[in-house]
Amino acid sequence: MTTPHNDSLLRFMTCGSVDDGKSTLIGRLLFDTKTILADTLTQITRTSEKRGLEAVDLSLLTDGLQAEREQGITIDVAYRYFSTGTRKYIIADAPGHEQYTRNMVTAASTANLAIILIDARKGVLTQTRRHSFLAHLVGIPHIVVAVNKMDLVNYDQTIYDKICADYLAFATEIGLQRDDHDISFIPMSALNGDMLVDRGDAMPWYTGDTLLEMLEAAPPAHSERAEQFRFPVQFVCRPHASDNPELHDFRGFMGRIESGDIAIGDAVTVLPSGLSSKVKAIQIGEEQLQNATTEQSITLLLEDEIDTSRGDMIVKTGQSPEPVKQIETMLCWLSETPLSTARTYIVRHTTRESKAKVGSISYKVDVNTLAQLPADGLAMNDIARISFKLAQALMVDSYTTNRATGAFILIDESTNNTVGAGMIT
Amino acid sequence: MTTLTKRTLSHLDWLESEAIYILREVAGQCSNPVLLFSGGKDSLCILRLAEKAFRPGRFPFPLMHIDTGHNYKEVVDFRDQRAKELSERLIVRSVEDSMKRGSVVLKTPDEPRNKHQSVTLLEAIEEFGFDCCIGGARRDEEKARAKERIMSFRDEFGQWDPKNQRPELWNLYNARSHKGENIRAFPISNWTEMDVWQYIERENLELPSIYFAHQRDVVMRGGAIFPVNVPLTNGQIINQPKSGDEVINMQVRFRTVGDITCTAPVQSDADTTEKIVIETATTTITERGATRLDDQTSDASMELRKKEGYF
Repeated sequence: MTTPHNDSLLRFMTCGSVDDGKSTLIGRLLFDTKTILADTLTQITRTSEKRGLEAVDLSLLTDGLQAEREQGITIDVAYRYFSTGTRKYIIADAPGHEQYTRNMVTAASTANLAIILIDARKGVLTQTRRHSFLAHLVGIPHIVVAVNKMDLVNYDQTIYDKICADYLAFATEIGLQRDDHDISFIPMSALNGDMLVDRGDAMPWYTGDTLLEMLEAAPPAHSERAEQFRFPVQFVCRPHASDNPELHDFRGFMGRIESGDIAIGDAVTVLPSGLSSKVKAIQIGEEQLQNATTEQSITLLLEDEIDTSRGDMIVKTGQSPEPVKQIETMLCWLSETPLSTARTYIVRHTTRESKAKVGSISYKVDVNTLAQLPADGLAMNDIARISFKLAQALMVDSYTTNRATGAFILIDESTNNTVGAGMIT
Repeated sequence: MTTLTKRTLSHLDWLESEAIYILREVAGQCSNPVLLFSGGKDSLCILRLAEKAFRPGRFPFPLMHIDTGHNYKEVVDFRDQRAKELSERLIVRSVEDSMKRGSVVLKTPDEPRNKHQSVTLLEAIEEFGFDCCIGGARRDEEKARAKERIMSFRDEFGQWDPKNQRPELWNLYNARSHKGENIRAFPISNWTEMDVWQYIERENLELPSIYFAHQRDVVMRGGAIFPVNVPLTNGQIINQPKSGDEVINMQVRFRTVGDITCTAPVQSDADTTEKIVIETATTTITERGATRLDDQTSDASMELRKKEGYF
């Protein structure tokens, strides 16, 4: 490659409200990594002047849709990009208000790291608890607690230390401290740029990494533990009508490796049929590979002719998940129309679909107090422990073992809307 | 934390794999999709991704171009050549046919036709009964696109309602639609202009010649470079200089190719993909800022166009 060679990609999210300086933080990251180009800067400079501001308001960079600008509020997840020369970053920018739990869950679903913003003047708040709980629920392995606005508390280390201690106490209490999760702390001033990309000289007492150094060092998804091979079939390629007679028997199973590795010769089992074979070839387009790894989209060819279609799953023999017809889940309700226990929904799990009905709702979670409350229905932004009965068996893993094969969405058959997001327990 | 020594994908491999996955989801979920193909660099990347997704099979969708009639001949020729090389079916529907039908009415004869593409696109969707259009839009292009879904839902009128989009979680894309409704799928949503050029370089993709530095007659208008005396595919010459215009012969290249009347080139001597990658890494102006004369009308003009059914 001629220029910036990025050897990996990291997806992360930011949690916080406008008041915590979240937009300023993202604006600052983009600005200090030279992602903001001159015309964009001119545009926001003009807007800043129009609003009578003295300095350029970097938060305007992430201010999106017209409707939102009218309300002066961010109401949907926005995606931002920057690159450092060693890594490409995708930021999921989620609004932090209580009524936007569904947006936080959406942003968290693809993130491998979350930055939780705390206003140094206010300390650990209800919303901090909510954001931490949701990041934990959706299985984000790396949490960075950013104590922002240090400039407004005279960069006082004792205030920072107290907030860190408060947060740790609460994290321990709700079980956020686990082997497969880590929590880091950083003091910063997004407004002045202290400890984001540059260290600044206001906080010599802090000797840890800057925010960007933390991001650069964060392990990529799937890199931290061994995972079993999971290959949901998306599409079957059978070019039997091709002009090329060699292709008449070609039967390629196309999909993305959701976890694990595969090599030519590996023994595999196709689910739900349970029939076994060996890997004959691995291809990307017409390029032949010897082996392939997590997150690669490939085409698999098997030694034996096994009837396989979209929605089936190929796994290594001896590592099959149990096909199940009932699932226990944590569900976030996303729709303005409440959940109906009388209705049938569609569960989409990997590339497979099944009709589903509510079994029972054990409780719903108050995202602010984390108390478990009795519930007989769910409204938008509710999170509940709930079971479903399935018409067709699904091949599932628990969400904590495997995010790809432990996650599902619920679809309303009449509107086709995505109404629920679930994690199998 | 213990880190396993494990192969992780480079950012280009990751983006490529994600795009292939999205293309295959369209093929798996939709009954009659189409790939919008203009001959531009983003759609050329998507063609390569489609090859990686579906070869040795044929693409499970035809290619379609909504031709404004204001396209550079080099791009149109390239479009036809590429479709032929791939042996894939290319459908062309033209804004000029919509004008003849009366569904597109111009205010002035030479006005930019980008916004009128929406009408022709909706007519073509209805004609063929397409339930999904695959497009090359990227979230980094414009503010209004930062919140766009990978699978974006459009109602019967082709309208995009930013307040009524389906939540999109994990990689569980929901491309279901009822008859008459439509999904727009964007496989390279997460790519930046830099990613596109790096991919073009890595994959050795051929591009229409006007992406590379060449000599061209231009005039300066409002700080932008405006190409003049451009021949159309039908032989007509448009963008004629006005009296008082000083025509300069300048070395330029296009960062995007679109309607001739509103796409500005940039001054450049980058005549190879490698040089363009370097230039892109050091540029100080966004792709749209430099090259689109129609997006700047208002801060939110892209959002308004999208609501009307623009891709």
